[in-house]
Amino acid sequence: MSVKQISVFIENKTGKLAEVTRYMADNNVNMKALSVADTHDFGILRIICEDHTSAVNVLKDGGYVIAETEVLAVEIPDRPGSLAEILETLVKADIAVEYTYAFLSVKNIGHAYMIFRVDDNALASATLVEAGFNVAEKTSLF
Amino acid sequence: MQNYFQPELECASYEEMKKLQSEKLVQQVKNVYDNVEYYRNLMDEKGVRPDDIRSVDDLYKLPFLTKADLRDAYPFGLLGTDLKNCVRIHSTSGTTGKRVVAFYTQKDIDLWDDCCARAIIAAGGSEEDICQVAYGYGLFTGGFGLNGGSQKVGCLTLPMSSGNTERQIQFMQDLHSTIICCTPSYAAYIGETLKEMGLTPDDLDLKAGIFGAEPWTEEMRRDIEKSLGIKAYDIFGLTETTGPGVAFECSEQTGMHVNEDHFIPEIIDPETEEVLPVGEKGELVFTSLDKEGFPLLRYRTRDICVLSREKCSCGRTLIKMAKPMGRSDDMLIIRGVNVFPSQIETVLLNEGYSPYYMIEVDRKNNVDTLDVFVELNPEQFTDTVKGVSSKEKELALAITQMLGIRPSVHLVAPKSIARSEGKAVRVVDKRKLHD
Repeated sequence: MSVKQISVFIENKTGKLAEVTRYMADNNVNMKALSVADTHDFGILRIICEDHTSAVNVLKDGGYVIAETEVLAVEIPDRPGSLAEILETLVKADIAVEYTYAFLSVKNIGHAYMIFRVDDNALASATLVEAGFNVAEKTSLF
Repeated sequence: MQNYFQPELECASYEEMKKLQSEKLVQQVKNVYDNVEYYRNLMDEKGVRPDDIRSVDDLYKLPFLTKADLRDAYPFGLLGTDLKNCVRIHSTSGTTGKRVVAFYTQKDIDLWDDCCARAIIAAGGSEEDICQVAYGYGLFTGGFGLNGGSQKVGCLTLPMSSGNTERQIQFMQDLHSTIICCTPSYAAYIGETLKEMGLTPDDLDLKAGIFGAEPWTEEMRRDIEKSLGIKAYDIFGLTETTGPGVAFECSEQTGMHVNEDHFIPEIIDPETEEVLPVGEKGELVFTSLDKEGFPLLRYRTRDICVLSREKCSCGRTLIKMAKPMGRSDDMLIIRGVNVFPSQIETVLLNEGYSPYYMIEVDRKNNVDTLDVFVELNPEQFTDTVKGVSSKEKELALAITQMLGIRPSVHLVAPKSIARSEGKAVRVVDKRKLHD
């Protein structure tokens, strides 16, 4: 019930993000979702790619430091309060969210997803399904 | 009017001084040869006998000691007397390999106190003064050294140690301190704090400051003098010879008088090890004439310096040394602490990082900053910011434990630090320490 995310270490210097995205473009890596966490010194580029394995190989070949993580993609109903409800459901089950970002599915037009990074994907996924939310499989996203 | 602590020595003629040094040197070489096996071996290797040393003119015949010798002989190999005759140790701050432990007999401490007393009197001190010692007390020589000198002069001595700056200022106000002894960067910080507290130098009774243990510039001297309303005097020393008081500044402020009746300075070419004439620039070497506990002969300080015998308006005839102008090795002095880049390299290897790093030293608001740039270990990378930040903190802690001062650690991308086939540039010192 989870999708694979790639995190890339980038130094917080002008041009570094452009450099890595250009490198991926030249190597035909197609990103479906992206978020950047930044600190004074460095940033972490988090991406979800259509072809995860090939993206990982391309980045490794390019000398980039990466980490692979399983994250949850949860469909988010298009109305006020739906994100709050998801988060409240997780809080009630004592599940902490490390970070979250948005994802628009092209295949499933009109449906929005939020990516959640939690410690226990199985528990979080079961909790959300039980509360009536749709936790997406990769195949339903792209 | 000039005052001296020991005018017969501080103002001795050149001939008198040379005679005294020669007598002491002959005796000291015999002592060391008899009691310090490590140095006896060095002399034997060089084919020098104690009898070959008849006056200071023979000093050049003796072998040198270096920091590497101190490391090899650690901790007791250079002890000059039975341990039961020693009453104290002091130590430099390195926690491994490079640490120096020096031993003191009671006589060593008495003579050290004399040296610091000379410095305090040269800065205008007397038994009327209230002397606040804000150097650290402990293994570091600063606190105990100036404390001893201050008591010897008869000043009321405030053993404050460093830190707690507002309390320092309160004591200055309440006890009417007239002399402050600390590192120049701490003096500058006290000046800033004074201003932040809404006070001016007029609210204090300070008249003089004795500052040492780290490099500082004339510009910094003027800033400190202005912010504290004092005359600022330089003092020089190193744990290997004794601590502060090896050399001190007088009212003329054109170099520091070396207490050459206790410590003979030489300047050598660091490459050829040849002794250079007075006035030429080279590496400073000291020979301790009176030390019993840790009697180092011809110790190479690695400080680049110049000596001068020009007549001084203060009346002292003691030879003068300029402020050290740099180092002949890669040692950095950061916040008064001796730092060798190789110590940082050792930590990196121990912690599983690549040995490629960059050290950036700067001085912001008169406080030294140390930034260490290290290549991220790919296996340690995670998807969260706190994952990387916690690695930086762990590494900063490990470096702090090694150096005794806290760096700011920045993880950078692997292979982003330049590899060099020749001598790698690992240190960028942005401080302007030498005029």
